[in-house]
Amino acid sequence: MSGATDRGDSRHLMTSSVATRILGWVGLAAMAVMALLGLVVSPRDRIQGEAVRLLYIHVPTIWVAYGSFVLTAVASALYLWRGSSREDRGRHYDRIAGAAGEVAVLFLALTLVTGMLWGRITWGVFWQWDARLTTTALMFVSYLGYLAIRNMPADIEARSKRAAIAALLAAVNIPIVHFSVEWWRTLHQKASIRSDRNSEITGDMFATLMFSLLAFTLVAAWLMIHRYRLVRLEEIREEEGLALAVSARRAEGVNA
Amino acid sequence: MMTELFVDAARVARKDLLIEWRTRVTINQVIPLGLLIEVVFAFAFDANRSLLEQGAPGLFWVGVLFAGTLVVQRSFTVEGPDGITDALRLSGFRPGAMFLGKAAAIFVELVVLEVALLVGVVVLFDVGLSDPLLLVATTVIGTAGFALTGAIYGALSLGVRVRETLLPLLLIPVVAPILLGGSRALEAAFGISTQPGWNWVGLLTVITGVYAAIGLVAFGPLMEES
Repeated sequence: MSGATDRGDSRHLMTSSVATRILGWVGLAAMAVMALLGLVVSPRDRIQGEAVRLLYIHVPTIWVAYGSFVLTAVASALYLWRGSSREDRGRHYDRIAGAAGEVAVLFLALTLVTGMLWGRITWGVFWQWDARLTTTALMFVSYLGYLAIRNMPADIEARSKRAAIAALLAAVNIPIVHFSVEWWRTLHQKASIRSDRNSEITGDMFATLMFSLLAFTLVAAWLMIHRYRLVRLEEIREEEGLALAVSARRAEGVNA
Repeated sequence: MMTELFVDAARVARKDLLIEWRTRVTINQVIPLGLLIEVVFAFAFDANRSLLEQGAPGLFWVGVLFAGTLVVQRSFTVEGPDGITDALRLSGFRPGAMFLGKAAAIFVELVVLEVALLVGVVVLFDVGLSDPLLLVATTVIGTAGFALTGAIYGALSLGVRVRETLLPLLLIPVVAPILLGGSRALEAAFGISTQPGWNWVGLLTVITGVYAAIGLVAFGPLMEES
């Protein structure tokens, strides 16, 4: 899958390779084992009952989402600082940032949905205006904005640069939002739901949680690699489209 | 060096304010829209007096946020046609001066909007004023933070075809802490809450400082590519 040779015939390019196929199957198998561990092997919780099983999705997805956000920020910084000196003008970093950003938003959405379901069972409501939830929701919307920039119709270089700056701004904004929301909730009303949130997890439950983290990390890696390759194919298609349009215009000039 | 920066910023701000003075878009369109937002909230809350009084500080900032987004939008729309962006880039002004100038012009327009909105909130929602100094500090610093953030995100969506829809999506989640801090501080200023308001002014100051620093760094690369 190296640069110049495959550019001419992008139709034969695929987003999968032997390695990613194996990764995909391993990820799928890990998800199946996770379902078995989470739904059958792991016991019900003394306090939370069956609802604890939602945490095997909820907790790993937020960890993977945070990891992906960090990857987006780091790749964006590398794009801005190192991109221009590279032969590909930093496209590699830009694609990593974009792929990680998309996966992060997807996993954050999963976190929010499972969290709301868990909240409905445990607290009786889908949503509590507690600091963590509010911060996560705002973060989710911020990164939707980042993805909107990535998808805006503009020159690819300009779009990448703005997306990279937006990713760094969003990263800087996380502590600001977190701190202000935390302060808002502590000054305004005491969070009433702390007691059962930090209950200790041990034994089978801990093992299941760790295994879920592994399974979701594998799936996230698989998604990211495919997204990276897909973005690359899109870029090649755009370039080819432009080259075709230019040659068509030239041909018009010759015929006239 | 620093003086030059501010002199250039003042030139950029003067240009923007002159355009605004001649077209009067903020006065004729944005302020009425801000007031309309307040009235519509009264409809939504079924004109429940106590509810509106309780929510007045938040509703004030919601009005500022949404109508203010239009001010930011407008500030960068005027740069669009006739190659004005290129002219600005070729003018020799440093990006930092352009950033501060744009933000200063947005700030002035927002202050005019806020005076109208405050009068509207006092009259429509029946709130009193218990700490005028806190009110002034909150609105001035909160507005500065909003104007600086707006200038960054305005540049980020400059020259893009989907700017109208993109800017609010980018800007509003980022200025949510200003809405939070500003609302809590105004609750104290209006005498609705007994919680200390000045802590929030401190938070607003930090946010304003952070975005001023980010804008001074990021505005150059943003202007280059637009």
